[in-house]
Amino acid sequence: MTLVEKILAKKAGKKVVRPNQIVEFSVDLAMIHDALGAHTIARFRELGVEKVWDPARIVVVLDHYVPNKDIDTAKKCLNIKKFVLEQGIENYYEVGKGGIAHQVLVEKGHVLPGTTLVAVDSHTTTSGVVGAFATGIGVDEMAVVFKTGRLWERVPGTIRINVEGKLRPPIASKDLMLFILKRLGVSGALFKSLQYTGSTISQMSIESRMVLTNMAIESGATNGIIEPDQKVVDFLKARTNQPFEVIQSDPDAEYAETLEFHVDDIKEPMVAVPPKPSNAVGVTEVEGTRIDQAFIGSCTNGRLEDLRIAARILKGRKADKFTKVIVIPASQEVLKAALAEGLIETFVEAGAVVGPPTCGPCMEAHMGILGPGEVCISTANRNFQGRVGDVTAKIYLASPATVAASALKGKISDPREFFREA
Amino acid sequence: MTDLVLKGKAIKLWDNISTDDIIPGRFAHLRSNLPELAKHVLEDTTPEFASRVRDMSLHAGGEAILVAGKNLGLGSSREHAPLVIKMSGVGAILAKSAARIFFRNAINQGLPVLLCDTDKIGDGDELEINLTGGTIANLTSGITLSCSKMPPIMSAILKEGGLIPYIQKHKGFVITR
Repeated sequence: MTLVEKILAKKAGKKVVRPNQIVEFSVDLAMIHDALGAHTIARFRELGVEKVWDPARIVVVLDHYVPNKDIDTAKKCLNIKKFVLEQGIENYYEVGKGGIAHQVLVEKGHVLPGTTLVAVDSHTTTSGVVGAFATGIGVDEMAVVFKTGRLWERVPGTIRINVEGKLRPPIASKDLMLFILKRLGVSGALFKSLQYTGSTISQMSIESRMVLTNMAIESGATNGIIEPDQKVVDFLKARTNQPFEVIQSDPDAEYAETLEFHVDDIKEPMVAVPPKPSNAVGVTEVEGTRIDQAFIGSCTNGRLEDLRIAARILKGRKADKFTKVIVIPASQEVLKAALAEGLIETFVEAGAVVGPPTCGPCMEAHMGILGPGEVCISTANRNFQGRVGDVTAKIYLASPATVAASALKGKISDPREFFREA
Repeated sequence: MTDLVLKGKAIKLWDNISTDDIIPGRFAHLRSNLPELAKHVLEDTTPEFASRVRDMSLHAGGEAILVAGKNLGLGSSREHAPLVIKMSGVGAILAKSAARIFFRNAINQGLPVLLCDTDKIGDGDELEINLTGGTIANLTSGITLSCSKMPPIMSAILKEGGLIPYIQKHKGFVITR
């Protein structure tokens, strides 16, 4: 069996499971945030139970509309906080204490190898980086999980994405992911699991790997997953005292498909042209496109290494006079480290606004919403029509390096010119 | 037991309709006012959608049937996407394929989603959907289509009108082969 099959078999109490089999499995961890948390709680009440199945297995993170943008979102957060107190949920991250939920789940060591995580958010796939089965669900399903700790799933067959070669900066995991999506398309992995393997993945930091698991959903995948190696074990041991078991795919595991990639085939930094994350082109094809906003952040690319590479490009330079440059660290921990390294000072000096660790303008939530006809280059994960503000606004997706280079010029720019000295 | 049959007219849409197409995030503040939210369903790409659905449901003996291509509902986990489609008056969805979370959310809201070759359905075609048997008679073209078999757990949830009533009745999931 593949890694995801082994996890689902174990959690379903079965010796063997097969792709497309329907199984009921036990949920090890469930997360709600403020975008759909209050709705989840309302549905939970409809089920007529008083107490959640296990408050220790629930994580609550406020990240979409905080600090609250209006009375409506403030009410929703109050509602969630009341529920947290009433149910005795310890793992609660108020604004200023955590950051973006998917970052917090991994960074605080909540998600462990071989376990199952469900959350009311499609980018829950991010947590597959530690070798967990992590997937997004709706609020009704979460209400049932709160009651029973159980859910059903169609066991996804596994598509192995094997990547070989050494990434040469500024080409990064985001460029690789957009390159992969170009081949897979937005429905290429529907009801499948994406398992990333190969020398490129082994060499990657946990942060870089999270870009790949995060955007697995953009191909329609149920989840994204990477077999845990020593890097993951060391990362988690520094972050949790909870014991965990490392599970790997069986040597004779059957894959639905294996797609081979070599990073040398990525000839230049990639940009996904609206309105699909799979519309990837080389940066030179869209170079010079005027932008109104450059956003560095999100659960895809708001981590320390992302801020480092952006700061390397922005240091000692000024962003374009007419371009709104927004930098939002993915978590308080990332913000703290970025402050210590002087990265935040670099951003401020360059003329960027640095926001509090939240989702920011990744979707139409809060801060950085686009007006009619505005163009944004963003390190986030989706560029659908109407995702961030006005329906006529356009979003291009790229790596932190490409977004930083574009911020300087006020148009889509190739970051490689800032890397020639190396 | 008699078969559950739904009659109506097709509103033909396309591939890869995202949850942002269905209900953009800028209407998030209306999530606590569903009838108001439903007025904006698909308005960015198909401004006439809501009024077409309304007109169809006003006529006796028919419902609006949303017919999409592949990967319907890609994107967000917001259940408001299928919910506003249902609230707008759509009786059922037909698609070549649907995104995992959208598909589950729709069934959990009691909105039938059947997977079939929707190339064989044109805009405005009169359809008769046999929800029990999983077949679609296209009365306009005379073609009968068969749908992919839905997992029994999904049929059972649909039969109870959605996940919440299903759980209220069964207390948990009942998985059968």
